[in-house]
Amino acid sequence: MDWVTQALAGDRRALARLISFVEDDGPQAHRALALLHPHSGHAHIIGVTGAPGTGKSTLVNELAKGLRAQGRTVGIVAVDPTSPFTGGALLGDRVRMRDLAGDPGIFIRSMATRGSLGGLAQATGDVVKVLDAVGFAVVLVETVGVGQAEVDIARTAHTTVVVEAPGLGDEVQALKAGLLEIADLLVVNKADRPGAAQTARALEAMLDLGRSDNGWRPPVLQTVALDGTGVDAALEAIAAHRAYLQESGQWARRERERARADLLRVLERELLHRLRARAGEDVLEHWVERVAARQVDVYTAAAALLDGLP
Amino acid sequence: MSERLRILIAKPGLDGHDRGAKVVARALRDAGMEVIYTGLRQTPEMIVEAALQEDVDAVGLSILSGAHMTLVPRVIEGLRAAGLSHVKVFVGGIIPDEDVPALQEQGVVAIFGPGASTQVIAETIRRALSEG
Repeated sequence: MDWVTQALAGDRRALARLISFVEDDGPQAHRALALLHPHSGHAHIIGVTGAPGTGKSTLVNELAKGLRAQGRTVGIVAVDPTSPFTGGALLGDRVRMRDLAGDPGIFIRSMATRGSLGGLAQATGDVVKVLDAVGFAVVLVETVGVGQAEVDIARTAHTTVVVEAPGLGDEVQALKAGLLEIADLLVVNKADRPGAAQTARALEAMLDLGRSDNGWRPPVLQTVALDGTGVDAALEAIAAHRAYLQESGQWARRERERARADLLRVLERELLHRLRARAGEDVLEHWVERVAARQVDVYTAAAALLDGLP
Repeated sequence: MSERLRILIAKPGLDGHDRGAKVVARALRDAGMEVIYTGLRQTPEMIVEAALQEDVDAVGLSILSGAHMTLVPRVIEGLRAAGLSHVKVFVGGIIPDEDVPALQEQGVVAIFGPGASTQVIAETIRRALSEG
């Protein structure tokens, strides 16, 4: 496949086309990913997540600049939401990344969620794999602005940075399950605003209360991404986390977990696909009617459909 | 081509009036397209680079500064040089009537002035892109 060869050789237009194939899914995408897979597995995948308006894009911009100063190439995947009503999307993360223009060591791609609800698009993991395979040393993944429970990024990234802003909640917010639990690094951005130290203290207090299951305590850092304050410290913490993952054997474990999750996800999709193709839409509709008419329940209907599967 | 149209909306030049660009970006979003919005003060080189990385089907340029006769050709030439001659270019803003033929000759597929309805803009772009 031509696009793969060209993208592996460093052709950026081929890379962009390839990402589109992968985003649109289908047999062509699967063939491309099969060819790329052996080349992947070298990049440090860093997730950046947090509520809307906390400054994720600006922080990604600063992190990328810092990584480039260290001589490392950076691929960026920035995800924004698709409208559930029209299917359209406004992808605006590049607005904050204009400093990165013109650098051949950077490649930025905006993605719409296309109906996915976990903070990433269905194909984000595969797009990350493409950037990894063509040789970017670091892939930064910016999620949509999230609430409390969109935690898909933790399965995609090696290192997850959760960005908070001052004044978004008290200690009880910090105790809730979900987003804060997946943080490998907690960043209080916009730290020049009132309440930053308080937010950082609440997060530290949350960390004091638990999670001694492994040897990494997420550091709580303060940044002002707009002027770059604290970004070097964040980069150091990210590097320290990578070293920790590798020394503790967690890197390999996370890779394995991801392979497992990917395999199950694809199996789920393919099995459903096959079942629908073999049973036929008519038969499916027949069972839908029966469930809707209260003649049979969903579990019985599903079992009947699965029994017909060779 | 992907079933989902991807459109880059960019604002080249130095003026700070981005309301038109935002209105169009929003309208195309509502028409079901994926709109990549890059914000103010983009150079032609930045626009071409973004069009390439984002693999867009079309680029919309919002220009109110009067510099369209220099900026538009530079974007179109840049796209061609980057191997992106399939990417359609449309322009919005203050474009005097006498400049329209020259821009169309350059390859601009549509020009929208003040007061153009957002629905017409979305339909025109969709039609231009389906003609391939």
